[in-house]
Amino acid sequence: MKATCWTGPDSVSVEDVPDPSVLNGRDAVVRITSTAICGSDLHLVDGYVPGMQKGDILGHEFMGEVVEVGAGVDRSKIRVGDRVVVPFPIACGACAACRARLYSCCENSNPNAGLAEKVFGHPTAGIYGYSHLTGGFAGGQAEYARVPFADVNPLVVESDLDDEQLLFLSDVLPTGYMAAEMCDITDGDVVAVWGAGAVGQFAMDSARMLGAAKVIAIDKEPYRLDMAAAQGYETIDFETVDVRSALLDMTGGRGPDKCVDAVGLEATHGSPHVDFYDRAKQAVRAESDRPHALRQAITSCRSGGVVSVVGVYGGLVDKFPVGAWMNRSLTLRAGQCHVHRYMKPLLERIERGEIDPTRVITHRMPLVEAPKGYELFRNKRENCEKIVLSAR
Amino acid sequence: MKTLRRDPLVRGLGLASAALGIPQVAKPADVARGIGVAAGPRQRTATVAVGVRELTAAAGLLARPHPVWLWGRVGGDVVDLALLTRTLRRHDGRGLGRTALATAAVAALTTVDVYTAVTRTGKGSETTLTATTTVSNPPEEAYAYWRRLEGLPTFMAHLEEVRRTGATTSHWRASAPFGRTVEWDAEVTEDVPGSVLAWRSLDGADIDNRGEVRFSPAPGGSGTEVHVTLRYALPAGALGRAVARYFGEEPSQQLDDDLRRFKQAVETGEVVRSEGAPAGKRARGEFPQHPARPLTSKELKKLTKLKETLS
Ligand SMILES: [Zn+2]
Ligand SMILES: [Zn+2]
Repeated sequence: MKATCWTGPDSVSVEDVPDPSVLNGRDAVVRITSTAICGSDLHLVDGYVPGMQKGDILGHEFMGEVVEVGAGVDRSKIRVGDRVVVPFPIACGACAACRARLYSCCENSNPNAGLAEKVFGHPTAGIYGYSHLTGGFAGGQAEYARVPFADVNPLVVESDLDDEQLLFLSDVLPTGYMAAEMCDITDGDVVAVWGAGAVGQFAMDSARMLGAAKVIAIDKEPYRLDMAAAQGYETIDFETVDVRSALLDMTGGRGPDKCVDAVGLEATHGSPHVDFYDRAKQAVRAESDRPHALRQAITSCRSGGVVSVVGVYGGLVDKFPVGAWMNRSLTLRAGQCHVHRYMKPLLERIERGEIDPTRVITHRMPLVEAPKGYELFRNKRENCEKIVLSAR
Repeated sequence: MKTLRRDPLVRGLGLASAALGIPQVAKPADVARGIGVAAGPRQRTATVAVGVRELTAAAGLLARPHPVWLWGRVGGDVVDLALLTRTLRRHDGRGLGRTALATAAVAALTTVDVYTAVTRTGKGSETTLTATTTVSNPPEEAYAYWRRLEGLPTFMAHLEEVRRTGATTSHWRASAPFGRTVEWDAEVTEDVPGSVLAWRSLDGADIDNRGEVRFSPAPGGSGTEVHVTLRYALPAGALGRAVARYFGEEPSQQLDDDLRRFKQAVETGEVVRSEGAPAGKRARGEFPQHPARPLTSKELKKLTKLKETLS
């Protein structure tokens, strides 16, 4: 089959690789119809996430049709021929984390838990195509993928919605939704969202859906800010204005009630010397992540507010504003999305027309053009917001 | 520890202790004169004391060998050398050559003792590993999974086979470096269903070992805390180091991983595999990892040959 492979830092190519097969009794093999490139794939490609190996298949947002199930799969839950959306964290369904519906913290699905434990203290769930730190699972930017614990993970879809309306249930839509949900939004809240990529856009949509009175998008790409403005959100271009002053101005001096960091470890900063500081530390591996968005969210948030983090961080950051966090009674919440929790309710919202996932799609191309897609997305060319790859 | 018992150097030192101790206790005056020392009452008492010490060391080394006896010998050597040096300094000249010769002999023996003690301590002594996990199953279930000893190789990386040989006895086979295997018979020494299971290897084991698993209810009825303790005696020297390396630079990490796979197996019914770590429990096979892409049919065949249970 054809698959998008990481071939070294800044290098991606579509290669011919063997077809996947059932390795564990509870596996299924899915023939992929649609898959997407995610912002967090860029962190992998850039080489910021440890544990990549040449030849790894990328991709954790995919859907398709079940073509094979292992002997141990509960066939009342999933059968050959089912149309499925596959959530990016692999959950076992049986451990304490899964029972607590903290699926992205599954205690069993990462065969390299020992590695992850060294970096994170405790291991986290396996993730498709997301480095060997999260298990070394082959990704879904391919024609086929193996899906472990098939009777627990995929959402079987009977609706006749097309792929584009369903695909983002695998990650970006629930991730954006969880970002907003973690904010405990009450009517009248002002919510600021750092990063107007697909996750940021869905966080904004979700914040409004959950009762936010005002939503503010913070980014530097005009096309992303335009996309947010088109939905009626206010915008801040952090390259041209000071974010904190702008936020105070827009909130009567209070600061946003709730802040979402949908940026993560490769943030850029409007101020060149701050940006240089973190880039230099990152370059010499003195810190692994550049936490500009996180710092700014914490210092901008109103006292007693919530800072909700879904942007991906991998290791350690420097100059964390711990004083602001503690003295001003901020709540900091974070997590890789527990996708399984949100798939069905969000599917229902899509069916009811409350949210339109397709609004972020700017590019559609066949799987074999994935390297071109990465190039466009990474360099933010052609106003590239979200790419759907068709594997059919 | 049987590895020390079979060690020729340790046995040799035990016999040497006996050979030195017997005449020192039986004929102290002759011995004192033999090494060119005056045979006064003080010298005779000292010689008998040294002899008793030698015989104790001999008994220890031959009957219940342990590094502590080897270090005891080193301590004795230091005392002997001090005595002999003092004697040499105050020597009246008669038999000075014999005293010097005896001192040189004790110095040489000290070297052997230090060497033996150093090489037979540490890696050659008993190693204790502990690890713990919590599983969501009730204690009875977790215990029952472990009690079926034949199933241990499913999640313990180095075990190849555990075979029941009696009501409380079993035969174990584990992989070792250079394509070799180590085997032993074991017996269950404590067995409280749902609570404790302990076992130890029987005489003649390639590597003496014992282990214990305790199952206790986790707070709030949320499952079972599993505490494992393993004790084993690695052979000393180069082989010991090779074995230690083989079991991983950090053997405790290996046990942690074994326990993680136990959790996977008891909670989900299978040991999780990924394309990067397709061998499941074969921790050694996981580093360096296979790229995260499907295996070729050749690689899959090789994997099947490992006779792993695909659960
Ligand atoms: Zn994603
Ligand atoms: Zn789990």
